[in-house]
Order: sequence, then structure tokens, then C-alpha cells
Amino acid sequence: MANKKGGGKREGGSGTALIGNGRRSAATKAESPDSRFPISDSPRPSAGLTRDQKLDLYYWMRLTRTLEERLVALYRQTKVVGGLFRSLGQEADAVGSAFALERRDVLSPLIRNLGSMLVKGATPLEILRQYMAKGDSPTRGRELNIHFGDTDRGFIGQISPLGDMVPVMAGVTLTFRMRRQDRVGLVYVGDGATSTGAFHEGINFAAVQRLPLVVIVENNGYAYSTPIEKQTAARQFVDKAIGYGIPGAQADGNDVLAVYDVTRQAVDHARAGGGVTLIELMTYRRKGHAEHDNQSYVPAGEIDRWAAENDPINRYLGVIRESLGATEAEIAGIDARVAAEVDAATDEAERSPPPQPLDALVGVYADPPGERPLWFREGSDRAVDVNERAEGWGTWSSRTGSA
Amino acid sequence: MAEVTYLEAIREALVEEMDRDENVFCMGEDIGAYGGAFKVTEGLLARFGESRVIDTPISEIGIVGAAAGAGHMGMRPVVEMQFIDFIANAYDILTNYVATARYRAFLPCPMVVRGPSGGYVRGGPFHSQNPEAGFIHTPGLKVVYPATAEDAKGLMKAAIRDDDCVLFFEHKYLYRRIKAEMPAGDHIVPIGKARVAREGKDVSIITYAAPVWKALEAADVVEKEDGLSVEVIDLRSLAPLDDDAIFATVRKTNRVLVLHEDTRTGGIAGEITARINESCFEWLDAPVLRVTAHDIPLPYAPQLEDFVLPQTSDIVRAVRRLAGY
Repeated sequence: MANKKGGGKREGGSGTALIGNGRRSAATKAESPDSRFPISDSPRPSAGLTRDQKLDLYYWMRLTRTLEERLVALYRQTKVVGGLFRSLGQEADAVGSAFALERRDVLSPLIRNLGSMLVKGATPLEILRQYMAKGDSPTRGRELNIHFGDTDRGFIGQISPLGDMVPVMAGVTLTFRMRRQDRVGLVYVGDGATSTGAFHEGINFAAVQRLPLVVIVENNGYAYSTPIEKQTAARQFVDKAIGYGIPGAQADGNDVLAVYDVTRQAVDHARAGGGVTLIELMTYRRKGHAEHDNQSYVPAGEIDRWAAENDPINRYLGVIRESLGATEAEIAGIDARVAAEVDAATDEAERSPPPQPLDALVGVYADPPGERPLWFREGSDRAVDVNERAEGWGTWSSRTGSA
Repeated sequence: MAEVTYLEAIREALVEEMDRDENVFCMGEDIGAYGGAFKVTEGLLARFGESRVIDTPISEIGIVGAAAGAGHMGMRPVVEMQFIDFIANAYDILTNYVATARYRAFLPCPMVVRGPSGGYVRGGPFHSQNPEAGFIHTPGLKVVYPATAEDAKGLMKAAIRDDDCVLFFEHKYLYRRIKAEMPAGDHIVPIGKARVAREGKDVSIITYAAPVWKALEAADVVEKEDGLSVEVIDLRSLAPLDDDAIFATVRKTNRVLVLHEDTRTGGIAGEITARINESCFEWLDAPVLRVTAHDIPLPYAPQLEDFVLPQTSDIVRAVRRLAGY
């Protein structure tokens, strides 16, 4: 046992219970030949989704991908100021899980959860303005990419140090319980973040307190360039649930209905007072860590194989054609709607102004700044007068107001 | 009214604020049934119940992160570091997450991180630290470090009501050594305001926390032996610093000693000296001097600790040197 990795094989009983039964569960056959791990197949909450809701799942995944493709074009035109992070091939994992939440619930996304944020109410215009560092972006040009949040809409922005959002979401859900609110929290981490102290301390605290929190580990195979074999000696990430004394579940992260099902079961479990669940979603990162990453560390053929055989959108198109009887015209209509929305948002974002330099100086504290201005830097002594706004700055509201 | 200790004053503040505002709650290691390693939270569990006095696993990142999340949702958590030395474990989440939350994401973090700090107690390298300098360097945090029982209570109440994260350093040497009668009523000491602990006209000592008392001792010595009149400024708040109070005492005495228990290099004394240099250069009759700990980890043996930490005799020597210019 000292060298578990020496065994090499990643199969056999997981020792991890599926949600709800609290016992070791025999592996059931996965629905898809590409699924490496099974999910609990009865009852399936997705059976209760309406046809429109199931088409919405396709809409959100398509919107995620089209918006990212637009961002790639803008990146190549140097209109995206910083790095660009793709979730290509992971759209089902983001969308399906966020779709399992109620409006009042709160999630904290990771860098590949653009889809989760869109489902929660973030708009393409906000995303584009963020990436383009516009003055009227949700963070007024202070933060990058999808690093922003809005507690009113139920998503809390991540920061770059990984794992930190787990204890933060423990505190969010602790508040839900203290106030006896019927609300659940969902926090995403990647395979890499499971190695951090923050992940461990956060999930352990939440588990001890039996907080209404769902922790999703998106196993996309790589943390930047580091493969999972160099991240953990555990056979699978879901095994970590045992150590925290909480239920664990795995699902095919590229099957949007499977993702919805497993998340919804965990959310229901949390809402009923059952405490934390750890979910491992099996997926694959088809692009690099960010757009600059040439993926030289990926074995030849691996990306192409996932693209050809296990694209979450193509798979779901098969589902909605067969089980919903969606017509080609219907699907084309959704695609056209997505394209029009992204076009309109792009036009508007391009017209957005850059931030004013003096804007940088305000908003650190709720009180007006106590620091003396740098008097030799022109205009800085007027920064507070010019830029401090009674509404939106340093208040409880997460609203950023209009430009 | 009876006098209360520095430690009891902090507890009074916690109780009053928890009574006043149901959003205030406490989290920390061993703070519930045991009442905390120094008994600051003794009696709180019985009074407020375990939903508001939460014993946590040994997880400084977890505790501080959870406080931030609760703060976002409108709560006002007060979290204890069992010894402030362990705040280093939470450095990432305090500096990267909490300190930036309002600026980058408009997320409020109205929370207090408090804990026993400082030396002179034979605590050794991990129960004696003064890590405040690492945090005043971080925009978005506030830092207070009271020297008196009145300020311990008034600053704690202000910290709990503050809409941003306040790091509340408690000097463990002072916990049970000093007492005072608490001002009547809702006693609040505003954050960012220094206090003149002793009026003087020849030399100023700018300091905070336990060394305030050493400065007062030194002031007595040089008054008696040298006829010098020393002014002692107790900063109380380290972030934000009270520039007005600092500059006022410089203009009054023209000779300044900055004193702290923290190590020398990168300590707050350097920052204060730079501010005086930028704003009061013409008022100085002598270089600004520092008395601080030596730049080494704090050792355990009394002979070693006493040698490393600033003592009254060090202050007396520095004041005499300033007076000689």
C-alpha cells in the first residue's frame, strides 16, 4: 500500500458510496462507452426536466462555445488584453451542474466554468467587457477574464490561488444555515486544486459542520501541464470523500444530463440537511491551460480522439434529436439566436470605454481612502472627489452601476 | 464600576456586540467549551450557543475563508487565531482573497481576525510573534494593536462594526497585567486615530502595544535623571496610520524615536520614518532613530529573549542620543 501508484490500474471497487444510500455501491454500467465511471441511474432527476429545459441545456452549452470562439477571434486581434481561458470540451460539466441549482442558490465558478456563470445570469456583454478590460466591465477593469461575481444573481467570483473558494463557500453556506435559509452552495475545483491546503481545510470544515455545500472536482486530466498521475496517489479523486466522511459520486462530465442528475441529487441531499457531497466529473481539457499554451505535454492523438468521440455538444445533439425529436431547423434556430446575441454583445463591448486611470484609486475600503495621495502624480488628489460614488462603491450592494 | 483587565475588556466588547447584533458570531479553535487558549471567549458558548460560538478544526485557512464567505452574505464574524503566529497559515487567503475582495469584486468582508500576539512571555519562536508588518503592506486590510484595556474594548467594538476586515492584535503580555475602568456607555475607539499617552516637549517616542508601557517607563527615567520631557504616542491603529498625529508630535519635539517589538528590517518603523522624511524633514533636529527587536527569530530562554526584545534601558539610551543633537 505504500506505493499505490505502483499498481498502475485504475479500476475496481471505489469504496465510495453513491449519494443517498450511504453504503458501498457496486459499479453500474455507464451509459456511454466513453464514460469511464458510472452514475447512479435511478431515479434520474433529469427525467423531470421539460422539453424546453432540455433545449435550454443545449442553448447554454452552445452559447458558451460560441462566446469563447468569439473571444479567440478578439484575442487574435489583440483586443483581449490578458490571457484567454477556454472550456472547450467541458461545457456540459459547467452547464449541467449549474442548471441543477435554484435561483436563490450560490455557486463559485472556476476558470473553466463560463457556462456555469451564464446559467446563473452572467451576460456575454459582461464577459466580453471583462476580457477587453473595459471601464464598464463588471470589475471596472480591475480583474481579468471571468473573475467576477454578483451575489444578487448567485455567483461569487473566484481568485487565482486555487482551492480558496472552498472555505469561502463554506462560510457562505454556514450563513445559509445560521439564517435557516433554504439555500445551497456549489463550489468548483479542478483536479489540481484538490492538492491545496485550502481545499482540504474548506471541505473538512464544511463536512464537520454538515453545511449545505456541493463540491465538484472537475477532472479534466491536467492542471496546467501536470497530469493527474503527478497530482495524486489516490486512484480517483472521488476517493477523497471517504476521508472527509461525506458521500462521493462520479459522473461522466461530458454527458450534460448525467452531470445534471448527479449534481441535482447532491443539491437535494444538501438542501435536506444531509451535508456536503464531493462529486468528481470526468471530462477533458481540449485546449491548453490558456490560449498561449501549445500543449506539447499532451500525448499525440489524445486531443483529437476526445474531439472526435466525446464532444459534449455533439453528444447532446444526438440526445435531443433522438429523445426530444428536435428538428434541424429547431437546432439551427438556437444556433442563430446564440450567434446574434454574441454579435450584439461584441458590438456593444467594442464601443465600451476604457477605464479612467483615477478610477484605480478608489474602492479599496468602505470608508473613503485614508492614504495620502501621491501629490506629484497629477490629479491623484482629486481621485476620491472625481470617482467615489455613493451608490455602488463601498456599499453592501454588489451592483456596479452603469457606466 | 470595577476595573477590568485588557483580556476582560476584549471579552466585554465581544459580548456587547453579540448582544447588539445577531450577525456577529465567533469562530476558532478551542474557543467554545474551553473558552480559548487564554480564556478570552470564556462564557460565550453558554451565553450564545454553539451556532454563534463555533469550535473549528485546526484550519486557519478554513476559518478565515469561511469568515470571508459569511461576511459576503452579511454576517460579521470574529475569528480567533489561537496564537497570532498561526495567521501565517492564512496569509494567502487574507492577502489574496479578503484584502482584494471589495476592490476587485465589490464583495464586503466585514470580519475581525484576532489573536494573542507579542513576546516578553517566554513563548519561544511560535508563540511570541508580531507579524503586523506583513499585513500593513497589504491594501484592503486594517490593523489595530491596542496598548490599554480601554482601547482593547473600544477598538474591538469598532473593528466588529467596521465594514472591512480588521486584524486585531492582542498583546498577551498585557492580557492580565493591566486593568482599567471602562468608560460608560457604548465605548468606541475609532480606527485610525492615535493617542498621546504622555505629553512632552523634548523627544517623541512613537510606538504601540506593550512597548508603550516600556516607553512610559523610559520617559520617567530620563525625566528624573536627565530632566528630559518625553512625549509618547500610542498609535493604536497601524493601518491606517494616523499621519496627522505622527506629524504633530514631530513638529512639536523635532526629535523622534520609533519603537516596536517587531524585528527591524521591513518593520513599521521604517515606514513611519519614511513618512516623516517626506512630510516633516524641515522640522527634524536629529535623525529619526529606531529601537526594535533584532532581526532573528525570537528565542525561548529568558536571557536570550530579553536580549533580543527592546528593553527600557535601550529606549533610555536612544532618547539620550536624540537629545544630544
